[in-house]
Amino acid sequence: MNFGLTEEQRMVQKMVRDFSQKEVAPIIQEYDRKQEMAPFILPRMGELGILGICIPEKYSGAGMDYISLGLACEELEAVDTTLRVVMSVHTGLCSMTLWQWGSEEQKQKFLVPLARGDKIGAGAFTEPGAGSDFANIQTTGKRDGEDYILNGEKMWISLASNADYALVTVRTQKDTGKSSGELTSFIVDLSTPGVTRGDIHGKLGVRAGSTGWINFQDVRVPVANRIGEEGEGFKVTMSAFDNGRYTVAAGATGLIRAALEASVNYANERKAFGKPIAQHQLIQSKIAHMALNYEAAQLLYLKAGWMKNEGQRNTKETSAAKWFATEKSFEAANEAIQIHGAYGFSDEYNVERYLRNARGAVIYEGSNEIQQLIQASYALGERQDKALRMEMPAYEE
Amino acid sequence: MNIVVCVKQVPDSAAQLSVEGGQISWGEAPLVINPWDEYAVEAALQKAKDLGGSVTVLSMGKESETEALKHALAMGCNEAVLVSDPALAGSDNVAAARVLAAAIAKVDDVGLVFFGKQAIDSDTGTLPAQVARVLGWPALTLVSAIDELNADGIKVERAIEEGRQVVQSGLPAVVSVIKDYGEPRYPSFMGIRKAARATIPVWALGELGIEAPSPVVAWPEVMAPPQREIATEIITGGSPAEIAATLADKIMAEKVL
Repeated sequence: MNFGLTEEQRMVQKMVRDFSQKEVAPIIQEYDRKQEMAPFILPRMGELGILGICIPEKYSGAGMDYISLGLACEELEAVDTTLRVVMSVHTGLCSMTLWQWGSEEQKQKFLVPLARGDKIGAGAFTEPGAGSDFANIQTTGKRDGEDYILNGEKMWISLASNADYALVTVRTQKDTGKSSGELTSFIVDLSTPGVTRGDIHGKLGVRAGSTGWINFQDVRVPVANRIGEEGEGFKVTMSAFDNGRYTVAAGATGLIRAALEASVNYANERKAFGKPIAQHQLIQSKIAHMALNYEAAQLLYLKAGWMKNEGQRNTKETSAAKWFATEKSFEAANEAIQIHGAYGFSDEYNVERYLRNARGAVIYEGSNEIQQLIQASYALGERQDKALRMEMPAYEE
Repeated sequence: MNIVVCVKQVPDSAAQLSVEGGQISWGEAPLVINPWDEYAVEAALQKAKDLGGSVTVLSMGKESETEALKHALAMGCNEAVLVSDPALAGSDNVAAARVLAAAIAKVDDVGLVFFGKQAIDSDTGTLPAQVARVLGWPALTLVSAIDELNADGIKVERAIEEGRQVVQSGLPAVVSVIKDYGEPRYPSFMGIRKAARATIPVWALGELGIEAPSPVVAWPEVMAPPQREIATEIITGGSPAEIAATLADKIMAEKVL
């Protein structure tokens, strides 16, 4: 067993850290206040190759491994959740699902520009009336000759207004309450007539990012854009979550680190009762929990990343990593505010932004209640992974 | 025409330095490329692109110290060479200059040698001029911009205390660059992949055809500077003018001005 990072992984970590700390950290508060996404972020992440970090070079990606993807997400969210959300939806949900389930032709047409960052991708699954009960989605896809006609609305979609393509899962058969056989996934060009979209405002967190809705009104999508077979949409979507959740887990780990670092710095500076508050045991207890949870969260996502590298199914491990890291990141941000006292309550310090940003991840990419059900069903022997028709490829150097 | 860029591996700037047993220690802090050298690498890569030459990154250190070289390779340098020899332990700048000059002489068709303005650990800033002296080439130090560069010569702007100075010289030449030159690029993923797989050739003194140069500087004792007593006082008063007057009096009394 080897717990060390490779030289390549360390270099990736430093490169992404330098980018986020030098270019994004100085401006993020301004954009968070304005509730806008800094316009340079997507093009710059594309130019640097971060958007296609783990996509093979033959599809114009950077060809790094899954652990590098996790390390990049940790570094990005240590600055702001917005950056990691880009990786979750563009890379995790959209690009990696295309890589796993797409045909060679679809990969050439859609994955290559996504990996290059020439096009931006999103994942459109959740609906106004269906989130955790995903099998209950109501957006329909009706076969009409060589097209499907899509109708319905997707909600809480990150990068809805920035994306060029979205991986969309819709209902192609009547709702009988079964998860399999009734849903189908498509890669949809969002410039297709009948697509309208917009941003949702007034969010608690991820304010420097874009979260929105996408409406489909008689949108014609060619059969050639179907990802997987008709009826495989549930499996395709769950595969997407195996990757999206991994980026969320790794990112939340970065948020714990950021909360910890801010707390340590402040606790060493701020004095109360004649000594730095870092010397008071109740403050030390908070810091100790953050430090421990950071280590544990990192180990959980790195293990999931290692399994991905090996080509092993990791639904259970990725779900556990997401559950733990997001729960602990919210706790860490909350305690960081407590350590900062009244200053932590104002946006003069970053920790209030960490708290607002951490809250969303407890809900999205499978709420933590869903993650608990997943863990319980594995533990109780009610759930076993079945081989998929298309498996996520192992990492090849 | 090829370009050599000299880099140094130093403790990360966030490292806590201490003195243990007469030796400077930076604990477990990671070793990184000297931040000033990243500007030199950037300059070298830009000029090699303009002129069509190749960039060799050169460093002197222990055999395990390849982090700075790998970083430069990941940024896009074509070749990396580490000069390492147990006989070089304890080298000062005079010795380092002789060794680096011998290594530069071993690279084909070198027209320019780039340095960062100084290393953040030793902070001398003299090595570029010393290497130039050993090579017998012009030294253009503290360069903020390169205005002209062709086979005949180079024209640069130097940032000196009095202002900007425009200087030109023939080639080959040694150039040290400052921050104003422009932000260094990040390593690319392709560069990282190449660098991680690269085996860096190590040149020992025998391959340079020189003996270990004798240092001229000795370090009889190394000590940490005494901790400064810092007292903080908040000046209060009835009006800004009163506060300012009290502050001015205190500054005068403390002989700050």
